[in-house]
Amino acid sequence: MDLVSSACFPPHVYALATRLTPWFAWPAAALILAGLYAGLVLAPPDYQQGDGFRIIYVHAPSAWMSLMVYVTMATAAAVGLIWRMKIAHAAAASCAPIGASFTVAALVTGSLWGRPMWGTYWDVGSAPDVRAHPALLISRVYGIALRDRRCAACRSRERITGGRGSSQRADHSLFRPVVELSASGAVSHEAAKPEMPAAMLIPLLMMLAGFTFFFVALLLVRLRGEILRRERSAAGSARL
Amino acid sequence: MNEFLHMGGYARFVWPSYALTLAIVVLNIIWARRSLARAVRTRAAACCAVVQP
Repeated sequence: MDLVSSACFPPHVYALATRLTPWFAWPAAALILAGLYAGLVLAPPDYQQGDGFRIIYVHAPSAWMSLMVYVTMATAAAVGLIWRMKIAHAAAASCAPIGASFTVAALVTGSLWGRPMWGTYWDVGSAPDVRAHPALLISRVYGIALRDRRCAACRSRERITGGRGSSQRADHSLFRPVVELSASGAVSHEAAKPEMPAAMLIPLLMMLAGFTFFFVALLLVRLRGEILRRERSAAGSARL
Repeated sequence: MNEFLHMGGYARFVWPSYALTLAIVVLNIIWARRSLARAVRTRAAACCAVVQP
């Protein structure tokens, strides 16, 4: 336990985050650039969707980001609540703007893909769009998390009570199964073909891995800012 | 090259998707760096305010 609390001591995390950032940022850049080249140039056109399928190389990683960041945020918030770990609250707060922006990307690229393939940007009534509704739900939760992040009072309450913002972030993880169901629905829809040729699949995996590394790099940079902000307000209230 | 940009007739769906995602990636880099820089600046200000009196 001593090891854990020393590892989670914010100044240690700050120093570690500084050192680790390039180890995630550069692989992310390399994977994304290689994935773009492989996806846009090397991958053959789809037998049904032609070159339109290439939207998958930005849509799927954005949707993946949206979900991954969401799960990370919920887990960090829960850890912060259960073990009263300051650093976990800081991590949860760092996630919100990243997740929110990629949820927007996933929703917009999804409808840009839907227009030529389903004939509509946004079809509320029919089956394919069932998956878009949980995405909207997610964007709402990110909205709440963002609002709480901005409010300094919530941050100080977070220190005292373990955090309303965090409990909300953790509560909303109840929606997670809904989203995952819809995502698996999306997978079965978009990859209706039994197998995807390697020339199409490999660029997709590169993009997914690249975005994952990118998220970690962003999280590390934002986490440092959150650590400074929280330490500062702790010092401020100590002086008062 | 033209054929590549044409994207088999899907250009007006493919390129806006890529442009938006690229914009969000770049914005995230800018926002994250700016957020850290702001925290560093405020901390520097807070530190000197404590030291000076």
